[in-house]
Amino acid sequence: MKTLTLTTAALALAATGALAQDTIRMGTEGAYPPYNFLNDAGEVDGFEIELGNELCARAELDCEWVTNEWDSIIPNLVSGNYDTIMAGMSITDERDEVIDFTQDYYPPTESAYVGASEDADWETGVVAAQAATIQAAHVAEGDAALIEFATPEETVAAVRNGEADAVFADYDYLRPIVEASGGELSFVGEPVPLGGGIGMGLRESDTELQETFNAAIDSMKEDGTLNEMLVKWFGEEIGQY
Amino acid sequence: MFSFCTDPAALDGLAWLSCYLTTGKHMAFYGAFGTVLLLLAITAPLALAFGFAGASAARGPAPVSWLGKGYIAIVRGVPDIAFFLFFVIALDQMFEWVRHEVKCPGWDQPIYQGNDFIVCPEAKLPLSTAPQWVHEGYGFFLAVLTFAIVFGAFAANVLYGAMRAVPRAQIETAEAYGLSQGQTFWRILVPQMWVYALPGLSNLWMVLIKATPLLFLLGVEDIVYWARELGGTKTPQFTDYPHGDWRMWYFLALLVFYLIFTRVSELVLDRIMARLTLGQATAAGERQRKAAAA
Repeated sequence: MKTLTLTTAALALAATGALAQDTIRMGTEGAYPPYNFLNDAGEVDGFEIELGNELCARAELDCEWVTNEWDSIIPNLVSGNYDTIMAGMSITDERDEVIDFTQDYYPPTESAYVGASEDADWETGVVAAQAATIQAAHVAEGDAALIEFATPEETVAAVRNGEADAVFADYDYLRPIVEASGGELSFVGEPVPLGGGIGMGLRESDTELQETFNAAIDSMKEDGTLNEMLVKWFGEEIGQY
Repeated sequence: MFSFCTDPAALDGLAWLSCYLTTGKHMAFYGAFGTVLLLLAITAPLALAFGFAGASAARGPAPVSWLGKGYIAIVRGVPDIAFFLFFVIALDQMFEWVRHEVKCPGWDQPIYQGNDFIVCPEAKLPLSTAPQWVHEGYGFFLAVLTFAIVFGAFAANVLYGAMRAVPRAQIETAEAYGLSQGQTFWRILVPQMWVYALPGLSNLWMVLIKATPLLFLLGVEDIVYWARELGGTKTPQFTDYPHGDWRMWYFLALLVFYLIFTRVSELVLDRIMARLTLGQATAAGERQRKAAAA
């Protein structure tokens, strides 16, 4: 009974609050460092979290982070369970048909192959990639056999345990892993430029929110704070605006 | 957590481990065990209720029995993962659509705009202004409901079979005594069917225990999600506790947890079975009678 009263009170409170200001719910995956991940305290952290919070502050919005599995991240957005996606999602034509994107907040960069040895066969061997990504689509078009995994972590693990010859993912995701592997993993082949940069995903009907965030991204690009953030999380070699 | 945990890189051995195992992330992991147990505690009786309703309906007169049989056939036939991926979103949209119709009669825009599902802000469930715990509670509620519907269909099939397994003579005797249909059902059929239903139901319970990882599809962070997240390779840039792929150890811990849990369940179910068999006209009931007589 006590909880019931509490819930009713909370709902009543929430109902009156709706008139004042809506909370923007920001969807992310929380499994793709340095873009987004869970820190030791179990909270979402990373480049996109810091950026998203700054964008919300500039747009004077009240934002709340929500984690969602990558596979169902777009269906849950269009169904209205959250309002934005900031999850290292590259802007592509296929996705643009279903949802809308803001301008890119992370420049188009390269994807790369990582293998367990220098001579790993990334061209015709077995290549791991996360399901429903531009990298998976790219591998599927080539000569290599594609195996897909639900999480980025599993794609790298597949190379470590020999299930795949190479993993194909964003260069900036793989770089810290290769550096920390102590020579066990190395980049192979040439980097491949893919995608139109990373943008914030929104429902197609949310044009007002899209304009708000576009303006906020503009202001961060102009005063250089976005570049500072990019360097902080991705290092000096990252492309800047 | 502990005062010596400020610089984990300088620690080693047990001190490091004690700091590592008490990070906020690990606390969330331990909390997830509670979430799973709570889900099971609520879902099991609810699924049984769904099953009972389904089985009773399936036995009933024509239009009602179609409903019961349709429920059993459709839910049992659709793969769980498809159910969990799409049904929950559909369920959520249905709730919001009903609220939309009630709360916003003057709304002039279409609800479906292309791919987008848009209801008026007052009809959102939960409201977008609601605090995070309300959203999580709602996600949990949807999870419970979905689990109950899915496992209810299986339970309905088990109970339907169990109802038919009660010896016909029992029903005929009840009718001969002049009991009405309802009385026969509640006083003769239902008390006797459990002994036939329990083996099937205990199977379902075991499957339900192990089906909880599907929770993450519904946005509820369960123990398997946390084990995968915590066990994954951690590079020094993003954590104070870098380590390699430790998923095996975390899954080993889960294995132990599940084994203990299923073992305890077995013991409890055995006792219930012994209690239900008492005085029943089944082989096991007969054995009990002889043992007691000897």
